[in-house]
Amino acid sequence: MSQTVQSSGDHTPDENRRDFLTLATTAVGVVGTGMALWPFVDSMNPSKDVLALASVEVNLSNIPVGQAVKVMWRGKPVFIRHRTEREINEAEEVSLNELVDPQSDEARVQKKEWLIVVGVCTHLGCIPMGTATGETRGDYDGWYCPCHGSHYDTSGRIRKGPAPLNLVVPTYTFLTDTSVQIG
Amino acid sequence: MSAPVWNNKVVKWVDDRLPVFSMLHHSAYEYPTPKNLSYMWNFGSLAGFVLVTMILSGIFLVMNYTPHADMAFWSVERIMRDVNYGWLIRYIHMNGASMFFICVYIHIFRGLYYGSYKAPREMLWWIGILILLAMMATAFMGYVLPWGQMSFWGATVITNLFSAFPIIGDPLVTWLWGGFSVDNPTLNRFFSLHYLMPFVILGLVVLHVWALHTVRSNNPTGVEIKTPQDAIAFHPYYTIKDLFGMGVFLIFFLFFVFFAPDFFGEPDNYIPANPLVTPPHIVPEWYFLPFYAILRSIDFTVFGIPAKLLGVLAMFASIIVLFVIPWLDTSKVRSSKFRPVYKWFFLILFIDCFILGYCGKKAPDDYFMGIEGLKVITVGQLATLYYFAHFLLVMPIVGKLERPKPLPASISESVLKGGANA
Repeated sequence: MSQTVQSSGDHTPDENRRDFLTLATTAVGVVGTGMALWPFVDSMNPSKDVLALASVEVNLSNIPVGQAVKVMWRGKPVFIRHRTEREINEAEEVSLNELVDPQSDEARVQKKEWLIVVGVCTHLGCIPMGTATGETRGDYDGWYCPCHGSHYDTSGRIRKGPAPLNLVVPTYTFLTDTSVQIG
Repeated sequence: MSAPVWNNKVVKWVDDRLPVFSMLHHSAYEYPTPKNLSYMWNFGSLAGFVLVTMILSGIFLVMNYTPHADMAFWSVERIMRDVNYGWLIRYIHMNGASMFFICVYIHIFRGLYYGSYKAPREMLWWIGILILLAMMATAFMGYVLPWGQMSFWGATVITNLFSAFPIIGDPLVTWLWGGFSVDNPTLNRFFSLHYLMPFVILGLVVLHVWALHTVRSNNPTGVEIKTPQDAIAFHPYYTIKDLFGMGVFLIFFLFFVFFAPDFFGEPDNYIPANPLVTPPHIVPEWYFLPFYAILRSIDFTVFGIPAKLLGVLAMFASIIVLFVIPWLDTSKVRSSKFRPVYKWFFLILFIDCFILGYCGKKAPDDYFMGIEGLKVITVGQLATLYYFAHFLLVMPIVGKLERPKPLPASISESVLKGGANA
């Protein structure tokens, strides 16, 4: 290594050039390493075949009033509930300031009798109970998550327990009166 | 310490070029060890033994395991039923995980009681905590591999913890999963990392032992080695003691392997993973229960930080706090044997960890020990409070106020006089 001779306290032009080269080399090295790293990081994101499993079609004609079904969508269950008159009224009559995550029932359904929500508790991802007949539906007639005790109402909104948000409403479209496409 | 003289020509030829024999002689033979170590000092080498057992049994399990969501469960059942001695290898690996944590937890409490984290052993202590963290990650991912109900839902709940972080939470969880739920991509990456991590742990263990041999072992008096009379050679005195301890430990370990292999496990994990049904009661493996209790005990919002995020932060903090205890502990005395006040707080901490474990096992709304009106969540909150208070308040304050008992002049003196003078 050559030594730089310093005539005074100031940097010689040689040293400035060297500092610049060191900084530039380091910067290129860091950016380059980052760029080389990205493909590996991104390879862990959902792949194209996973993303392609986007939508599912469900026939609603065999779900009687008061009952609900689970269907798989993107590896998660979706709850489809044929609500009774009483359940609809319960969901609509709640005043918004009683809610943890305020949202009107109207904003969460397309047709009043059909409630469609992703069946994954917004706390830590368990599947709430209350879809199958006979399962406990919690204190608000909706769903009850057994893992950490979250209660959801007949609109899938969080009412009690550690979950921070309402059950997610997926994008869906009614193809006919008795058939819906989720996703 | 003199350099060894090698009479064997081959050994000498190798040692002149790569001093492996000198290194072994230096660190495993003549390494001066305090002569008063109790059986509490056996658990480091025992943990090392379990690590090797886990790596070896794991390598053989991989030969028959299929990391695919459709086949993983049944490939494990095939190991149990059809592979020659597959049941034995799997039960060794399964119970070995519990044994590893038993050894390491005793090892950590030993370090806490005798002040082994204090100067000059801070680096040794830190590397130990890193090993604990690496072990936790490894054990968690390994538990997912059989793809039973507890595997699946344990993975779901734990990965969902990361969704608590604002903004980056959801993309982070999707990235961890490689999809929109725990599924085949998740299983594959956990398998890959579960195979990698033990070697990371092994590397950390090498650093741990290196640091140990630099600062030397602590001992029950907490007084450093001062003269050669205070120490004895590692071999044969402690090699034989470690081997004897290992024999006793193997009786304990193999009792579970042969007579109660599912003692530490959850029956639900013999049900294949079902993404549509959550088991009514999800519990982690026993070694995570205290941390799980801390996570769940936070069910309130503070300064607008949601309970879920606070719980996650508290859980991580419960381990991170261990990194700073060399500075939180203000006492000039290492060993709690000579700390008449602190030793009682240590006992409370010890019991507190068991109470946390119990709370982690029970549902939050259950009654604690069946006591009417005393909810598990309430006890869990108090136990969590003490856990943090112990490190953040008790350690600094008691260290300042307490008057320790007189220390022995040397290790030799304490041995000759029969220990601490009460």
